[in-house]
Amino acid sequence: MTAGLDPLRLTARDARRLLTDGEIAASELVKTYLDQIARVEDRVHAFVLVTADNAAKYATEIDQEAGATRGALAGLPTAIKDNMVTEGVTTTCGSRILGNYQPVYTATAVRRIWGDHIVMLGKSNLDEFAMGSSTENSAFGPTRNPWDLSTVPGGSSGGSAAAVAAGEALWALGSDTGGSIRQPAALCGVVGMKPTYGAVSRYGLIAFASSLDQIGPLTRTVYDCALLLRGITGHDPCDSTSIALPGEIELPAAERLDGLRFGIPTEYVSTGIEPGVLERFEQTVTLIEELGATCVEISLPHTEYALPAYYIIAPAEASANLARFDGVRYGYRSPHAGDLTEMYEATRGEGFGAEVKRRIMIGTYALSSGYYDAYYGQAQKVRTLVRRDFDTAFAQVDLIVSPTSPTVAFGLGSRTDDPLAMYQSDICTIPVNLAGLPAISIPCGLAGHLPVGFQIMGPAYSENLLLAAAHALEGAIGFDALPTFADSSAGARGADRR
Amino acid sequence: MSEWEPVIGLEVHVELDTETKMFCGCAVTKGDPPNTHTCPVCLAHPGALPVVNERAVEYAARIALALGCEVRPRSIFHRKNYFYPDLPKAYQISQYDEPLAVGGSFDYWVGDQKLSCRINRVHMEEDAAKLIHAGGETGRIAGSDYSMVDFNRGGTPLIEIVGEPDIPSPEAAREFLQQLRNLIVGLGVSECNMEEGQIRWDANISVRPAGSDRLGTRTELKNMNSFRFLQQALESELPRQVAILEAGGTIDQETLHFDPETGTTTPLRSKEEAHDYRYFPEPDLVPLTADEAWVDKVRQDLPELPAARVERFMSQYGLSRYDATVLGGGSTMARFYEDVVAEGVDAKLAANWTMGEYSAHLNAAGLDPGHGHVTAARLAALLRLVADGEVSGTAAKQVFALMIEERAEPRDVVTRHDLGQVSDTAELEAVVASVIAAHPAQVEQFRAGKEQVAGFFVGQVMRATQGKANPQLVSELVRTALTG
Repeated sequence: MTAGLDPLRLTARDARRLLTDGEIAASELVKTYLDQIARVEDRVHAFVLVTADNAAKYATEIDQEAGATRGALAGLPTAIKDNMVTEGVTTTCGSRILGNYQPVYTATAVRRIWGDHIVMLGKSNLDEFAMGSSTENSAFGPTRNPWDLSTVPGGSSGGSAAAVAAGEALWALGSDTGGSIRQPAALCGVVGMKPTYGAVSRYGLIAFASSLDQIGPLTRTVYDCALLLRGITGHDPCDSTSIALPGEIELPAAERLDGLRFGIPTEYVSTGIEPGVLERFEQTVTLIEELGATCVEISLPHTEYALPAYYIIAPAEASANLARFDGVRYGYRSPHAGDLTEMYEATRGEGFGAEVKRRIMIGTYALSSGYYDAYYGQAQKVRTLVRRDFDTAFAQVDLIVSPTSPTVAFGLGSRTDDPLAMYQSDICTIPVNLAGLPAISIPCGLAGHLPVGFQIMGPAYSENLLLAAAHALEGAIGFDALPTFADSSAGARGADRR
Repeated sequence: MSEWEPVIGLEVHVELDTETKMFCGCAVTKGDPPNTHTCPVCLAHPGALPVVNERAVEYAARIALALGCEVRPRSIFHRKNYFYPDLPKAYQISQYDEPLAVGGSFDYWVGDQKLSCRINRVHMEEDAAKLIHAGGETGRIAGSDYSMVDFNRGGTPLIEIVGEPDIPSPEAAREFLQQLRNLIVGLGVSECNMEEGQIRWDANISVRPAGSDRLGTRTELKNMNSFRFLQQALESELPRQVAILEAGGTIDQETLHFDPETGTTTPLRSKEEAHDYRYFPEPDLVPLTADEAWVDKVRQDLPELPAARVERFMSQYGLSRYDATVLGGGSTMARFYEDVVAEGVDAKLAANWTMGEYSAHLNAAGLDPGHGHVTAARLAALLRLVADGEVSGTAAKQVFALMIEERAEPRDVVTRHDLGQVSDTAELEAVVASVIAAHPAQVEQFRAGKEQVAGFFVGQVMRATQGKANPQLVSELVRTALTG
């Protein structure tokens, strides 16, 4: 056992230095995380699949590799959200319909970091097809929040967020369509970033809503976030919508925010924010000013229409994206079918869960002849207005801040019967997806015993500014609380840590 | 019938002969074992994304510009959604309300009459995979035991040419299609092989009182996989509609399936056409942009188009419009003809032989122009022998047949089979003398002033020489012998 390696506190930055300096071996580092998985995974359930043997074996190979030929991220143990295809490693997307699906290729973002010799620990849990805000929609059971096992970790990248929070992974990749990285990062007390649309290739990311989906990092620190982001960004000829960022991702070092102007959208903080969350938010705004920046109120007037527009556009795209799961070529095929139509109906009826079906129905309806203009067409117009709101705002301010989620982690099962309440969870995160902009969530303290996330949004391609500002603010916040693995509903089980 | 006129429009699909598929790097092939040219993209595996084949865009633009369309500076792809096993994504990436090109026209000839059909649009899409239904009697899905999918064809670049309803008769529809096919083949973007379904079409037809400018209710005709079937289907639909209207009925707007066995059409079940394709812009692709410089370049690189070539053949070679159309309508036949002429053969002689013996050979062997068993150079060599009097016109046809049979040069055939024209005066004088000696009665007739009897002697000499004698020389020799 490696003395001094605490998976709940270790950062990728430190792990990388320890590996480079030869103070630890990759196999020791990986073992630290596999041990932690063995210790807490039955309670957290962050993974759909743990690839322990492969990870250990690969770490040994890296240890034998000469230092000079090691990749930039060599040996760093990573969780990959199970909606990114990994060749030869089952990829389920949290769905029964892909329960046994063995991909024949690897997603570009994953391939890039594999090329840097990252070690994959396993495939992390998610809401089925990334549709959800709690990870309760996984066909393989919910993930629990390490800060309170009776609450959800957020979603849809709840497995990735919980894995990082629980020390089951050094860091993780997630995907964000309407907040699916930032909201679970906020609820689990970790850093999560959605890059500018196109900055990371979507090739091999199982599509939910193509015009909104974006892969990004979930990490313990902002520095780590930049490090992992640097590994996955870049134009990909396999993704026509991917772009090259104007400059390389810089590893942030800023400690001050002098001269920056921050906007606080009144529409984000006026209603529906829990008092505890609002309090942490306001404290953090004060810190921003103490670091030398100015904060001004701004207006993003079409914010209230963003959520309904999102819940037209995303399901519409999903209804087409998920049509390929028909039982013909791969994945689940119902044995209870006589002819073609029955095969389609039974396969999809048995293969998809309730929330996925709900969204396919909504999307199909919204695109139907006679309804297209009223729904999809109108939603696209709203999307343009939301984008213009941001354009106008960024003419006045450098960055925009808000709470990431209106609430802290909520109880398992508390919203599963009320989709609209569940959808409200993404009210602060959805607008930037509609506008294609980058945003990051960092922990800004606790409300009660649960973490609160602070969101910073930037103009397109402003990743470096965003990371620098988040880094300075992170230092000032000094968040150092650790999850307790308690279960408040079952009476406190107490700290699990030794 | 005469008081009704048909209004016909065609929608034509053409597979492009690009090296790779429309949205992935898989090879476009014919005849390879099933499912050997597939990848995550064209099998629609989770997470795979399309990337536009730029060569396909260029080919599509070539067709559009040859049809006089405007290639739009910005066009977008849409998803056309429907479930079927030959469509792996369950949507076809196609174009909808912002297609690649709009607003052209196509001039074609029916006999000596020049007609023009407006082209609504040219758009790009991807072909479906191929389904094979096993175990049934009909080869169709109904009644089959199971079905197999071959994804080799899936994702092949496809363009759709949508014509306006400007075609005035079933015959004109056939001509339109044949000449359109010639145009496309000549552009080098598709072989338009009919057996392989590289060119496919649907027709719509309505009728109206002659001279009216209103459009009646139309029906759509499918499953006409030859030019003849197209004409036949339209010819059977036309009186059907007229009969309904004359009986005071109304035409149902429906899709009809042509049955080549019976030559009639039957309605497809309405369920099969009750599609709502739920088109929406394809979010995986950025808009297609075509800047002016690129469009100009594609336009400049267009080869000579058939209509211009026909005019040129008429003026350059002195051909009739009919001959110029037969020879110049298609690029491969035109190239063969011009290759023959380029060898120094008289243009009319070359035209007669290319349209006559050579075309008959192609038809009999089922070959395309340029792929027959006689090359342009060999045909030209034969025609030079004819022009130089070394082979008679009659013998030349025999030589041509033997050139095909033996895959040989004309001169070798002539030598081997002793088919050369005999112009040796001494040799022929001997034959003439013996013929005259054998027919004293006819000699008397000639000498009595019945000069046409000379033809009898020429014929006898030709027969005696198995047609090889130079007929002109024989004629002279006969006259000399009879009058001398």
